[in-house]
Amino acid sequence: MSHSDPAEIKKTVRTYLIVGAALYVGTIVTVAVNHVHLVVPMAITAALIIASVKGSLVASIFMHLSHEKRWIYGSLLLTVAFFIVLLSVPLLTTLDNIGSPNASQTVIVGDHMKMER
Amino acid sequence: MDNVATHGSAHGHAHDHHEHHELGFWRKYVFSVDHKVIGIQYAITALCFLLFGFSLMMMMRWQLAYPGAPIPLIGNLFGPDKAPGGVMLPEFYNMLGAMHGTIMVFLGVVPLAVGGFGNFVMPLQIGAPDMAFPKLNMMSYWVYFCGGVTMLVSFFMPQGAAQSGWTSYPPLSVINQGGQTLWLIGMVFLITSSLLGSVNFIVTIVQLRAKGLSFMRMPFFVWAQFVTSFLLLLAFPPLEAAGVLQLMDKLAGTSFFLPSGLVVANQVVTGVTGVAEGATRAGGGNPILWQHLFWFLAHPEVYVLILPAMGIIAEVIANNTRKPLWGYRALVYAVGFLGFMSFIVWAHHMFMTGMGTTMSAFFQTTTMIISIPSVVILTALLLSLWGGSIRYTTPMLFALAFLPMFGIGGLTGLPLGLAPSDIHLHDTYYVIGHFHYVVAPGTIFALFAGIYHWFPKATGRKMNEMLGKIHFWGSFVCINTVFMPMFAQGLAGMNRRMYDGGGMYDHNKVVLGHLLGHAITPVSLNIVIGFGAWGLGLFQLPFIINFFSSIKWGKAVNQNPWEATTLEWAAPSPPGHGNFLTEPIVYRGPYEYSVPGAPSDFTPQFEPERA
Amino acid sequence: MDMNIPYTVEERPDTGLYNGKLGVWLFLASEVMLFGALFSAYIILRSGSVEWPHGELSIPFGTANTFILIGSSVTMVMAWASLKLNQWSRHKLFLGLTLLLSAAFLVNKYFEYSEHLSKGEGPWHSTFFGLYWTLTGLHGLHILGGMTVMLYLLGPGAKLHKTNPEQFTNRVEVTGLYWHFVDLVWIFLFPILYLL
Repeated sequence: MSHSDPAEIKKTVRTYLIVGAALYVGTIVTVAVNHVHLVVPMAITAALIIASVKGSLVASIFMHLSHEKRWIYGSLLLTVAFFIVLLSVPLLTTLDNIGSPNASQTVIVGDHMKMER
Repeated sequence: MDNVATHGSAHGHAHDHHEHHELGFWRKYVFSVDHKVIGIQYAITALCFLLFGFSLMMMMRWQLAYPGAPIPLIGNLFGPDKAPGGVMLPEFYNMLGAMHGTIMVFLGVVPLAVGGFGNFVMPLQIGAPDMAFPKLNMMSYWVYFCGGVTMLVSFFMPQGAAQSGWTSYPPLSVINQGGQTLWLIGMVFLITSSLLGSVNFIVTIVQLRAKGLSFMRMPFFVWAQFVTSFLLLLAFPPLEAAGVLQLMDKLAGTSFFLPSGLVVANQVVTGVTGVAEGATRAGGGNPILWQHLFWFLAHPEVYVLILPAMGIIAEVIANNTRKPLWGYRALVYAVGFLGFMSFIVWAHHMFMTGMGTTMSAFFQTTTMIISIPSVVILTALLLSLWGGSIRYTTPMLFALAFLPMFGIGGLTGLPLGLAPSDIHLHDTYYVIGHFHYVVAPGTIFALFAGIYHWFPKATGRKMNEMLGKIHFWGSFVCINTVFMPMFAQGLAGMNRRMYDGGGMYDHNKVVLGHLLGHAITPVSLNIVIGFGAWGLGLFQLPFIINFFSSIKWGKAVNQNPWEATTLEWAAPSPPGHGNFLTEPIVYRGPYEYSVPGAPSDFTPQFEPERA
Repeated sequence: MDMNIPYTVEERPDTGLYNGKLGVWLFLASEVMLFGALFSAYIILRSGSVEWPHGELSIPFGTANTFILIGSSVTMVMAWASLKLNQWSRHKLFLGLTLLLSAAFLVNKYFEYSEHLSKGEGPWHSTFFGLYWTLTGLHGLHILGGMTVMLYLLGPGAKLHKTNPEQFTNRVEVTGLYWHFVDLVWIFLFPILYLL
């Protein structure tokens, strides 16, 4: 099995503790940035970037993804692709004229109509 | 002390022998972890559900052929709230419709195609002793069983079973009283069963292939099950999430799918700005959200319905033409590409929801693209017949019929996948004709082919050929009688899900032609379709009789009665615990039929090279 | 019923995996799609709304829970590392700590939920609260599930360590993978629900 050597595992233990500390710092940063009261799109972007960094640390170090096998990577890549589709495409169908230069975008949901731009 | 030591070692000795101890009846036949037993459990349960779902449809066709006429023979069994005086109420019709679809798809076809055939055949075809997680496999079956029971119980609820279509669109599904809640709970069971099964299938195929069985030497059936499992794994969870959300809407008063300002039968359901207005719910929900999450699964689901069928057909064709499949590589790449594309076409079920034109164009494009691998697979299977030495056995008859039937089903999907034509055809009988052609004379015929083909492996006996041929020809004629007229009905504009067949609409009185002095209207076609359906039911009797009698009295066979090349035929018929008597080793590809210079017209995968 | 399934413990040479590891990663892939659908629901419902509540949830509670869950991820991976180093009692200590931290998380959620309910802020209150209750509720159920498995590994399941230590270690690793995923979901849930 990978890293069965005790000395190697002791090194990894150090890494785990460092990453744990980094995650704590990341959490503090997340809450601190929230206090800055950015515009909503900026706030969302910032929050997601920080969360993604934290998430990547958990995935690559705690879950050993950084040295995992091809089958795992492949399955996860496929999943991430479909995840992105699931999150973005339904929202896109609510937009009327994607890519059209002059048209304003109307979002119609239920009986609320919201005009943007 | 001595006694204890002796007793201890004797006990340990006995424990070693326990490796091959005899299991009691319950552990051997009911709570078995053996993939073959589990496969048969899935198959028998699924066949029962198929028969039940079929019966629901036979009742619906009566109402459509003779609207308002009391249901013959059994009409008085349903009580005054479903069929007073034996006459079907609209609510009951809707229940039958919703449950027919649900039961056929989720309790019948997929459990048979994946749970039944996948479980029984796949480990044998890859030379494995069992699935990677045998206990998980057993759990999958029993969770499916619980889901099925939940669905059946819903018929006995005070307000009856779910009646908002198998698609359960809100707001109707949320507002409707009745078995919808049980439907949702049943779906949670079924989805869980499916997820556990798909993990098992993928790990088994990746990890437990026999020595020498590389991926490109796997039978196409295994590839089909492999891709199908990925579809189930990644597409089902969004429906599980949506099911939870709809359950919350029904039980916790949320309004995930209920828009603001909803008024039903003069009752305010959701407020415009919140609950405070005296409405019962807050509002702010989105019915289209349900459609997205539902179809995100339900589109890949239709490929779950067809892929195992294509896998079965490939095996039966190769075996009964005595030649290799044409285009094995093309088949493998096509099925993988098909699986991937199936995740990005779903909103072609939603062209009429007010989608923006850009996204509509996106989905039309992906839908057109996905027809390519479909056609590649069908063409490869068709070309596999060229120059073959065809044996017209019952499985082969079903396989041959599959090809044009699936062709019709696939081609009729094209005007549905393009938005302009879909405007006219959406929600008409054309849609029903289209998808039934793919599933009924398509998948179900393939499943019949599979049953006749692998019955000898499972039981050690062949099914009767004469009964098989009666079953085939009767079914083939009747099934086309049922579904072909639906295209005409749909093109004339006849709507689906109308309990009186839509007779009240003028466009359903259009005369399509005359036959023997009678005007043929879309509505009158219902009578033809009805007789087709009831005839189809009758022609399943030879199959049922054949199936059960052959278990006892079928012609006994050896391990490879069809002279086939794939690994499952190396095991005894039926295989014992652990499947193979010696460790299977694979020496060549899966379809080495009629190899020039070989002593016989088939060279099995598992036969060592001659010196 | 002891069928000997190959590669349950040792890795298959060409894939480099043992069965359970591939199995749990595939299961986690399905979980990504499950929570993804709920995130998608959140996006659709929020983008379609005229107004969206802000500051309804207790940031201190949420932050504390984030620290607790991350901590439990650290103790979980330490529990596995201790096993690889053959330190049985340290393994039990870390696994026990993980259980404790998870319980603390749930206790916090209990306080949060009670407070919201006392103000009438159940899932029916608004789309926001519907999503909050559903997302955190489902996440909480996952925590309960994980805790059940950990209890088993600390209790009756620990016997396997004597008879087949490699298989036991695999089970702990697989449980850890699941647990880190639960932590990962929370890392996204916290800012999305509590802050944005």
